[in-house]
Amino acid sequence: MKHEIFERNSMLLLIGILVVVAIGGMVEIAPLFWINGTIEKVGGVRPYTPLELEGRNIYIREGCYLCHSQMIRSLRDEVERYGHYSLAAESMYDHPFQWGSERTGPDLARIGGKYSDEWQFAHLTDPRAVVPESIMPPYRFLAETPLDYRDIQDQLRANRTVGVPYSDADIANAAKDLEAQADVNNDGVDALKKRYSNAQAHDFGGKKITEADALVAYLQVLGTMVDFKTYQADAPENRR
Amino acid sequence: MDAAAAKSPLRLDLAVIPAILLLGFFAGIIEVAKSPDPRMVIQAWTFIACIAATAIFYLVTYGDGLPQDERSGYANNVVKAGVIAAMFWGIAGMAIGLAAALQLSFPNLFYFPDYGFTNFGRIRPLHTSAVIFAFGGNVLIATSFYVVQRTTRARLFGGSLPWFVFWGYNTFIVLAGTGYLLGITQGREYAEPEWYSDLWLTLVWVCYLLTFLGTLWKRKESHIYVANWFYLAFIVTIAMLHIVNHLGVPVTPFSSKSVSLFSGVQDALVQWWYGHNAVGFFLTAGFLGIMYYFIPKRAQRPIYSYRLSIVHFWTLIFIYIWAGPHHLLYTALPEWAQTLGMTFSVILWMPSWGGMINGLMTLSGAWDKLRTDPVLRMLAVSVAFYGMSTFEGPVMSVNVVNALSHYTNWTIGHVHSGSLGWVGYVSFGAIYCLVPWLWKKERLYSNALVEWHFWISTLGIVLYITSMWVAGIMQGLMWRAYNDFGFLEYSFVESVQAMHPYYIIRAIGGALYLGGTVIMAYNLWKTATGAVPAVSAVPVTPAPALAAEPAQ
Repeated sequence: MKHEIFERNSMLLLIGILVVVAIGGMVEIAPLFWINGTIEKVGGVRPYTPLELEGRNIYIREGCYLCHSQMIRSLRDEVERYGHYSLAAESMYDHPFQWGSERTGPDLARIGGKYSDEWQFAHLTDPRAVVPESIMPPYRFLAETPLDYRDIQDQLRANRTVGVPYSDADIANAAKDLEAQADVNNDGVDALKKRYSNAQAHDFGGKKITEADALVAYLQVLGTMVDFKTYQADAPENRR
Repeated sequence: MDAAAAKSPLRLDLAVIPAILLLGFFAGIIEVAKSPDPRMVIQAWTFIACIAATAIFYLVTYGDGLPQDERSGYANNVVKAGVIAAMFWGIAGMAIGLAAALQLSFPNLFYFPDYGFTNFGRIRPLHTSAVIFAFGGNVLIATSFYVVQRTTRARLFGGSLPWFVFWGYNTFIVLAGTGYLLGITQGREYAEPEWYSDLWLTLVWVCYLLTFLGTLWKRKESHIYVANWFYLAFIVTIAMLHIVNHLGVPVTPFSSKSVSLFSGVQDALVQWWYGHNAVGFFLTAGFLGIMYYFIPKRAQRPIYSYRLSIVHFWTLIFIYIWAGPHHLLYTALPEWAQTLGMTFSVILWMPSWGGMINGLMTLSGAWDKLRTDPVLRMLAVSVAFYGMSTFEGPVMSVNVVNALSHYTNWTIGHVHSGSLGWVGYVSFGAIYCLVPWLWKKERLYSNALVEWHFWISTLGIVLYITSMWVAGIMQGLMWRAYNDFGFLEYSFVESVQAMHPYYIIRAIGGALYLGGTVIMAYNLWKTATGAVPAVSAVPVTPAPALAAEPAQ
């Protein structure tokens, strides 16, 4: 075939381009949606609580993903530094994913529980007060800004539309759950823990909930959901 | 009769575009009135202001009948506008990049706890979007509009449609950029703008495709010139990537936030399929269109090989699409996908170098001009940088190399050798060609200033990429270093500390590059407005001839 045919027919050239550029994506990406082994079978991963979800929104808003990855690769030094390599299941409710591409700062995939809430607040407010060599920006304003969670039900609903299994009760009680998680003494803590297994209620001082509170709640759950005691890395369905 | 037609232009584009602007205006007003989200209200006002500016432009330009530019052979003014916008955004984007580099070098001086919107996390996407989409996008729109007219010998299709593409695209840029400062982002690299900006861009992009394709339909040349293949592939593929990667659901129609349709591992691959091909089609295919027109034109030589152009084109666009997974090696992405991505990334070296050879060898018989014409030298060096970074890319895609390089500053160095060296230089070269042509001047104001620009910015690139190579490899080695007792040798923050001198060198490199661009802007300003002698008429030159090859 002579190439002339494409040079003389703009529509043939257009169709030719479309066909050629569509193939790669179809072969590489499409199977990820129906091959069963793409996401491991693992216990413990649940949707984010309303407060964690709001914290995640702050994390995205401030562009944390530009300096911090959330993806521990299956390399010896990374596993020793950060913990068990990240599973696909751990981000299955992340719309969008926050794996990141740069480590200007350390990986945060398993930051949850490594430091106290107090450390996290101090570090966010003035990173160099806690880690003198740090080059992270200061986030004092987060602790001074009340969290705007008027649309928390809409947030959950939008996530449900794209496949996160929030129940009607989760959505109806979203604001209550959010407030309960920010205050260990809140009456709603038991209901929260019933809806979200292993949800951790924080002692944020009972004041108005701030953006920093939500962010810390999110950071503290990162990487803590998977039950590694029951996870069988060598099971056929988990080997990829 | 003619004068009457010119007075009251009853044309489809002059009915549809004002209607779009009016609809956009009302959408903005509804958001202002109904949105409970203060950031959305600011975005809506910004949008309304941009729509108003576009409407005023249309009124001034078309209020008194068809403007002179519309009655001449080629649409030149929209290309001029694109060149001016590109220079403005280029300098702005590079300055923001310099600010970000200084923040990482001197956090105590360049962070302001009371002004959180200036933090690195918000200005970094401002920098990347400003240089890639604002600078690069305007260069691509301007040059594609210029090239497609000259190589088809037809005026741009759609009457005022190209103007809508220009204004609409820059409206998108303003919305996206101000949005980042407000904290509005999807949290996907190079795809940060939120759902409403994405919808607007989709509309603008369809108009862009229509303008370009329509001009091809009107062509008076029987063959479509190779530069246009690349421009067309860029426009079409970016449309596909943009739409798929931005599928999502707004939290409410009045919210500035959306959630993506895909999640986790699938989302990661969709995003890097997009992200890598934003490089492949926006920053490569589009700019190769520039290479295939401006280098032969400037060197006054035919393209080295017609057959190589064909092979280069089809293999490049076919293979690039597969390379995305090399951003996800050793991650939770299934291994088969990683292996495919790595394999195709290595294969990609071949078409890339085919293109480089085709571009450089076009200088055959004109090598002496590299000494005398700094603009041609800039174009040639851009292709050399293209060759270098398209060799480095496949190397970094090999999994064992990637294990070291990923997450480090090596990636930043790699990206900048491509963007400063290839994209920047090929754009500068094209703009240096375009300004005298468009403003009908005999020559540039000063070739000496082009020399200064070239050497200052080359020094800047060298400082930038070498410092980031050293920094990246050092980071990678420190993270995996073990001591004699089998423990990790360094804490993470020690690797941060070790970056300090390299971050400073990088900032100096960036400042030099920015300085070169400012010199360029001055030179162009003096060319367009200064005492450079004008040419009476730009001779219409047909497209550079393809090298003669016997038909198969």
